[in-house]
Amino acid sequence: MEEISNLLQGFAVAMTLPNLVYMLIGITLGVLIGVLPGLGGANGIAILLPLTFTMNPTSAIIMLSCIYWGALFGGAITSILFNIPGEPWSVATTFDGYPMAQQGRAAQALTAAFTSSFVGALFAVALITFLAPLLAKFALKFGPAEYFAVQLLTFCSFVGMSKEPPAKVIASMMLGFALAAVGMDTVTGQLRMTYGVADLLKGFDFLIAVIGLFGIGEILLTMEEGLAFKGQSARINPRVVLQTWRELPKYWLTFLRSTAIGCWMGITPGGATPASFMSYGVARRMSKDPQSFGKGQIEGVLAPETAAHAAGTSALLPMLTLGIPGSPTAAVLLGGLMIWGLQPGPMLFVEHKDFVWGLIASMYLGNLVGLLVVLTTVPFWAAFLRIPFSVIAPVIIVICAIGAYTVHSSMFDVVMMMVFGVAGYLFKKLKYPMAPLVLALVLGDMAEASFRQSMLLSQGSLSIFWSNPLVGGIAGLAILMLLWPLLGMARGYLKARENRA
Amino acid sequence: MSTETPPEKTLEPTAGVKTRGPELGLAAFLMLLAVLVITDSLRVGIGWADDGPRSGYFPFYIGLLLMASSGTVFVSTLLRWRQPSPVFAEREQLKTVFAMLIPMVVYVGGIALLGIYLSSAVLIGYFMRRYGKFGWPVTAVVSVGVPLAFFLVFERWFLVPLPKGPIERLLGF
Repeated sequence: MEEISNLLQGFAVAMTLPNLVYMLIGITLGVLIGVLPGLGGANGIAILLPLTFTMNPTSAIIMLSCIYWGALFGGAITSILFNIPGEPWSVATTFDGYPMAQQGRAAQALTAAFTSSFVGALFAVALITFLAPLLAKFALKFGPAEYFAVQLLTFCSFVGMSKEPPAKVIASMMLGFALAAVGMDTVTGQLRMTYGVADLLKGFDFLIAVIGLFGIGEILLTMEEGLAFKGQSARINPRVVLQTWRELPKYWLTFLRSTAIGCWMGITPGGATPASFMSYGVARRMSKDPQSFGKGQIEGVLAPETAAHAAGTSALLPMLTLGIPGSPTAAVLLGGLMIWGLQPGPMLFVEHKDFVWGLIASMYLGNLVGLLVVLTTVPFWAAFLRIPFSVIAPVIIVICAIGAYTVHSSMFDVVMMMVFGVAGYLFKKLKYPMAPLVLALVLGDMAEASFRQSMLLSQGSLSIFWSNPLVGGIAGLAILMLLWPLLGMARGYLKARENRA
Repeated sequence: MSTETPPEKTLEPTAGVKTRGPELGLAAFLMLLAVLVITDSLRVGIGWADDGPRSGYFPFYIGLLLMASSGTVFVSTLLRWRQPSPVFAEREQLKTVFAMLIPMVVYVGGIALLGIYLSSAVLIGYFMRRYGKFGWPVTAVVSVGVPLAFFLVFERWFLVPLPKGPIERLLGF
């Protein structure tokens, strides 16, 4: 078992004292980000990324990925205690978590949420440990055409899997690609779409877009909803934890199902949010007592939390092996890797073994540390939400502005952050999805490069995308995903006709 | 903050802005961007040069797809113009959004003129007085303390310079 020895080496990398300290800092910041409205995994990491440029890449990615785990844990706290999802993926947790808190079972709900998050993550990391090296080895054989086909599949899956209207998904995605193309063309050195504006020469940075779309946009939405934080308080004592843990094994089937849903949705770019909803829905449908859901059923907390954390974790699998992130947060981490000079993809497993296995080992440790931190510090985090919004809101705006400025020390970026913020608000209100925009902005240059290289190989003929079974298979799957909404419409039409007849 | 937006049930006309207006506006804006992308791609060339595809080769199709998708939204909004349109936001809600947006824009302008520390203090102070009904002492402590903490973290600890204005220059930074 080569993976086991690699993993042990990884533990040796991750277990050093400074790295453990970074892990703790990351988890703490992550939970804070998860608890505060307007700051989330993606934009929180985007804001902190510039501060890690001087750190060694392994420590930096350990800290940043721990922020991600922390944010995944933190979202559950506000959902259960305040009925306010700190993160989109914890919306489904409010359905049963908040009723449990109202019945005085907050500690039980929190323990269940944290533990199931941990279980989901653990399964997903195990999956990464054994699947990632295989996938990377397989992907070493990929040429530009295969890469483009995989990227096409990623983007087509968005169209097929989103709840939003396909036209809006495509528009959002194309906007991302268009913004990615602005600036210098890396192949020919030609300037594109700058229209003589000097600030556009370096193009649009996805970090700015993420901070604006998710940070400022979210603040505007929160303001509109008129937030009043009224919540339950909770203190978790060891007795309740042990009692809840004793109860959990009987829900093993829910865990298994939710993990499977989460891993699948994480690897394909469904992401944590749809995974948590789907898992909640399946748990309710499969339950012997579906009526009890929404009234404080513990399974209603277990299912979405397990799936969300499994999806959030497994989103890193395609990011590491293929260079294609499964979620906006994974996209930000991918951007970080590129800034540190590490090209994500199969070569990473050959050239930077220490880094990859250190990161994978840190996922095990980080989630364990995270579980311990959140279980012991819940009252402290709940206190954060009692700070009035009139203080939190301007402070978050300041943090976003600082984050946007520090990316390139450019005032123009701060202005662009505001523009993206307003865009984020409008997109959310008009149901344009934001994840495709961010992913297209991150992957735009790579997708364009692989498309051009494929075209060079084939002298401009699209037939290269079905020139062998592998690339043809992937491309075919992509087309299928793209046409999925049409199939759904056709089915609906047939059904309507049947009903009329 | 939720991704699950409630189903549109408020179809009767209320004191709010209907969705169709902003919907049409955003689609038109995206179409305008598509035109910019397409014209510039045509300028740099969408065909082949001796050494391979020109710079506009890929973005041209992106522009076309952006045009097609936002055009679809535009046309379908127009087609459904007469039908009842769900409310985009109540007037009260829009008021609070602008009450947030305008200080933000002023703040960004302030960063350019006065530096980030002073502007942040003013922004935090404004929100605390206007929406929080805090007394002057608490407002003063928080609005000065937070930027000061950021100053120590960024300029001292991480050695990342942030935009500074005349006040900081007077103090010798």
